[in-house]
Amino acid sequence: MKKLLSILPLLVVVIGVHLLTSATDTMYYLTQMTMSAYYSLLIIGLCVLMGYAGQISLGHAGFFAIGGYLSAALTTHSLIPHQNTTLVGLLDSAGLLLSGQNLYGEALLVVTPWAACIIAVLTAAIIAVIIGIPVLKLKGHYLAMATLGFGIIIYRVALAMEYFGEADGISEVPPFVLMSGLSVSGNFSDRVQNYYIAWVLLLIGMVLLLNLIDSRVGRALRGIHGSDEAADAMGVNTARFKLQTFVLSAVFAAVAGVLLTHYNGGIGPSEAGVMKSVRYVAIVAVGGMAHLWGALLMGIVLNFLSLRGVFGSYDDAVFGLILIVIMLFAPNGILSLNIRHRLKHFLGRRKQDKEGEA
Amino acid sequence: MALLEVKQLNKRFGGLLAVNDVSFQVEPGQIKAVIGPNGAGKTTLFNMISGTFPATSGTVSFKGRELKGKKPFQVAGLGMARTFQNIKMFSGMTALENVMVGRHVQSNSGFFASMFRMPWTWKEERNIRDKSMELLAFLEIEEHAHTDAASLAFGQQRAVELARALALEPSLLLLDEPAAGLNIYETAEVGRLITKIRDLGITVLLVEHDMSLVMDISDEIVVLCFGEKIAEDAPEKIQQDPEVIKIYLGEE
Repeated sequence: MKKLLSILPLLVVVIGVHLLTSATDTMYYLTQMTMSAYYSLLIIGLCVLMGYAGQISLGHAGFFAIGGYLSAALTTHSLIPHQNTTLVGLLDSAGLLLSGQNLYGEALLVVTPWAACIIAVLTAAIIAVIIGIPVLKLKGHYLAMATLGFGIIIYRVALAMEYFGEADGISEVPPFVLMSGLSVSGNFSDRVQNYYIAWVLLLIGMVLLLNLIDSRVGRALRGIHGSDEAADAMGVNTARFKLQTFVLSAVFAAVAGVLLTHYNGGIGPSEAGVMKSVRYVAIVAVGGMAHLWGALLMGIVLNFLSLRGVFGSYDDAVFGLILIVIMLFAPNGILSLNIRHRLKHFLGRRKQDKEGEA
Repeated sequence: MALLEVKQLNKRFGGLLAVNDVSFQVEPGQIKAVIGPNGAGKTTLFNMISGTFPATSGTVSFKGRELKGKKPFQVAGLGMARTFQNIKMFSGMTALENVMVGRHVQSNSGFFASMFRMPWTWKEERNIRDKSMELLAFLEIEEHAHTDAASLAFGQQRAVELARALALEPSLLLLDEPAAGLNIYETAEVGRLITKIRDLGITVLLVEHDMSLVMDISDEIVVLCFGEKIAEDAPEKIQQDPEVIKIYLGEE
């Protein structure tokens, strides 16, 4: 209940932003706000993994890409050439296929977005289990390197496979009809609707994770972070808890990937890139690692600025710089800095210097 | 039946025989101490009992069950709790939260139930909190319940660590040098707390350096030297054992 109340002010802000943009005729901001919300869904999941369970991942863009690419490919590539195979027959009789036409009027037979979404997220979860079991035995730098390796593999696979569109990625991804009258799509007329879909999903994700960290499981995870050995001695199956958290964060990333891909109407290899993973880690760090609200706030602000093109061609460089600066000056996140206190201290010192000169 | 039975336990690290054919038993309800000079193999012995690493040969049985191949978290689940020589507090968590982690084996909400706050988790959560507060009160540090555990004084951290171990409701409590890093007042205080824990009916096995503590509170003492057991007896007998005196005070 308390968690729901803490979410309420945010809901007010979300509605406020909508009203403000509509009053000032700047509704186009809602597009970037929607995209930022989806990226933030990934970031809060990564925050639980990194900040609370203490396990770094430099491969989360990989899980985002698995979700996005699979759902894009399944809902876009026509199965007509394979119509006579048993698998397609089975899918068809299960009602998971949709026939239609492409832009040029050719007949299409594709997987429905719901089925594609479930397949994509499940695949990401299974891959997270397969990758997680061996790599989560590693600690610190070694875990970072192993997850980085995973991210690179996904990136190269996306770039190499014709099925995933190679360097062009996949475009013309159809809208994801959640229920009648509610669909994730980039259509101009659906902009407000999509803004709310994204934010409601993000808020739900936030409530779930806030619940999680303030529970038996959350305490066990923070215990693992504090001392692996002591948590083990308290009866916490550390390997299992790390793996479950890894899979949970991969699922958040994959869901974000699926939805953003339908929203954008496509996905390209840059979404799978290592720089994306670094960016997500940087944002969690700026937010204060073990700080879900910080991760959410920074996820929105930095993604929004980046998507608005504020950082220009130096986009990736800015995130690299942020990572360095945060590690040096605010390892506990930007919200941990008492800005006013610092400023006063700084100004006070300058004043003293001047008095000294005089 | 002995609560814990260590039989012909050996641990070899390369060419070093850290624990050599050590056997002893711990009877329910007693405080038993393992002493010995630095490098005698006390902590190695402890780590084999709690499952941190396997023995080269020999067996450890707890409640009549052999612990071979059991990981520390499984051993903990069977009712054996432990503390560490260099207190391992969960940093970034309050004293109360530290103790609440100790309730892990006595509760069972998983990821799903926790995320969705299922109704059955509410009662469990309340129980965890109440029981943990009770234990902090029992160890006389309840006023620090909401303080960041890592910022407490060393002696207080010891008490929190004891509360955390007791939260498992163990039948055997392993204490690895509970007086390490404490001054004489704090040591006496920890000694009093350990006796208080024994009076709850919890069996205690401790490894210790501090003679005053061991002699005051133990019912029986095992003396290790270079990995071998050289004596096992009541404290007053150990104090007069010529071989033990030789080890501790050096030869004439």
